[in-house]
Amino acid sequence: MNKRLSPFVLTMLVLGFAFLYVPILMMVIYSFNASRLVTVWDSVHSPTLKWYAELFENSDILDAARLSFRIAAVNATGATILGTLAAFCLVRFGKFRGRALFIALTTAPMVLPEVITGLSMLLLFVALEQVIGWPAGRGALTITIAHMTFCMAYVTVVVQARLSTFDRSLEEAALDLGARPMKVFFLITLPIIAPSVVSGWLLAFILSWDDLVITSFVSGPGSTTLPQLIFSKVRLGVSPDINALATLLVLTVTLVVVGVGLSLQRRERRLSLEAQAAGEPL
Amino acid sequence: MRDQVKAWRLGRRLILGIPYAWLIVFFLVPLLIVFGISFSTPKLSMPPIEPLLSYGADQVMQVRLYASNYTFIIGDSLYLAAFANSVKVALISTLLTLLIGYPMAYGIARTSAQWRNILFLLVILPFFTSFLLRVYAWIGLLSRNGPINAILLKMGVIHAPLALLQTDFAVYLGMVYSYLPFMILPLYSAIEKLDPSLLEAAADLGCRPIKAFFRVTLPLTSEGILAGCLLVFIPAVGEYVIPALLGGPGTLMIGRVLWDEFFNNRDWPLASGVAVLTLMLLVGFVVVLQRVQSEKVVSE
Repeated sequence: MNKRLSPFVLTMLVLGFAFLYVPILMMVIYSFNASRLVTVWDSVHSPTLKWYAELFENSDILDAARLSFRIAAVNATGATILGTLAAFCLVRFGKFRGRALFIALTTAPMVLPEVITGLSMLLLFVALEQVIGWPAGRGALTITIAHMTFCMAYVTVVVQARLSTFDRSLEEAALDLGARPMKVFFLITLPIIAPSVVSGWLLAFILSWDDLVITSFVSGPGSTTLPQLIFSKVRLGVSPDINALATLLVLTVTLVVVGVGLSLQRRERRLSLEAQAAGEPL
Repeated sequence: MRDQVKAWRLGRRLILGIPYAWLIVFFLVPLLIVFGISFSTPKLSMPPIEPLLSYGADQVMQVRLYASNYTFIIGDSLYLAAFANSVKVALISTLLTLLIGYPMAYGIARTSAQWRNILFLLVILPFFTSFLLRVYAWIGLLSRNGPINAILLKMGVIHAPLALLQTDFAVYLGMVYSYLPFMILPLYSAIEKLDPSLLEAAADLGCRPIKAFFRVTLPLTSEGILAGCLLVFIPAVGEYVIPALLGGPGTLMIGRVLWDEFFNNRDWPLASGVAVLTLMLLVGFVVVLQRVQSEKVVSE
């Protein structure tokens, strides 16, 4: 398909991507603006790095970032395990009792409005605390559990897509040769679906790192995550250090996503070359 | 051999049981609790809910259900207006993202493989970038002395800065901006799967490109369109962050009402009632859409 794009489609592409990226670009540019009035460009003293310096002296922001990072990492790991298991069941277990409910439960958390997920989670934690005394109070633990529940749905979708286009002959060969199912999973299945598991982990990490609404419902005093802190500042209007923070986050995410994307692509190419080489007659 | 089959069955049950149990405990049960608490009334205590089960003076267990939340919500024009406005905002935003997203997805699916990968990454990237910060970016852009007003003033289009922020316009802008990648992704995968020889056949038979688009491309990508619309519409109905940051005090949306009932008025039962009604609205919407879709498939 090397047909030239029509002028209309080309225009829409250019305008659409401009629409997606200009606001982010403006945020980056204004993070170097010296004026405290964020939207007025102070051409005498700009560009400056003072908001970045201020950012790293702000212990509230650093603490919140550290807490968010910890929650996101634990959540991503847990959600990846749960989501991979769920995807495995959906693709490999054929028809089992309760399958329809299982499918509904693995997809609904993705589309349910966050305010409803957040409220329902909080009411569960309150009820549990009353009945069995756990979890005592709310904080990092309850935030992590809530995040794992909605993030595992995303991991399931990503891993499921990969598993369903999976050539099972390798697994069958290993089973025929007497390998135990567990061993087959770790030695054959997992390496093959690894790219989707890594993408799922990354997605779960970022969804958690980013979440405001669900977190606000299930967090307690003393556990303020980065999005909560940003939201409370932003509600009062624009502030220059948030521009600096946003720039750093956008930069990090871009580097990580592009880096992981490229290395997965390279790995894929290498594997398919190896498979080709192995398939060729000697 | 029989032992092995038994072990395999046990393993299977374990693998299925872990995610299943997790979802039931942390997703299904909480929704049932919301449903239950929507029949309670607020009380000055922690948690601020009148328990549904209680023991009377004669040690007999009593169940007390109040329908007051529902009669209150349905009887109050404010809540009805919030529901209606949420649906309106979500519908218009979905339509706008479709109109912008379809040509973009089409263009991405029809470029060379090299460009396709780059453009695809560019669609995914905003999805990975903080939702909150992307909404925040518009506060600066739309503010009274922000760049948009400055450009319009300099060009002489306007003579006094426009109040763009805290308007419905800003809410639509924020919605379309935030949800555009959700629309493009399913559309892209539907358009990419489309067999180009169908369009060639149409062209050979003398069909003009525009007609071919409406007669061939559009119907064959209808599933992608439906998926994209649902991915935008459903979260948009319950959206909180965008109306809270970009909307004015008059921008009533259901997500915001629920948030305020919960955090500001501490009326947990009423918030639960709002949640249940929102959920029913969304489920009803999805069921109707699915029925329409399956009828279409049957009639074809």
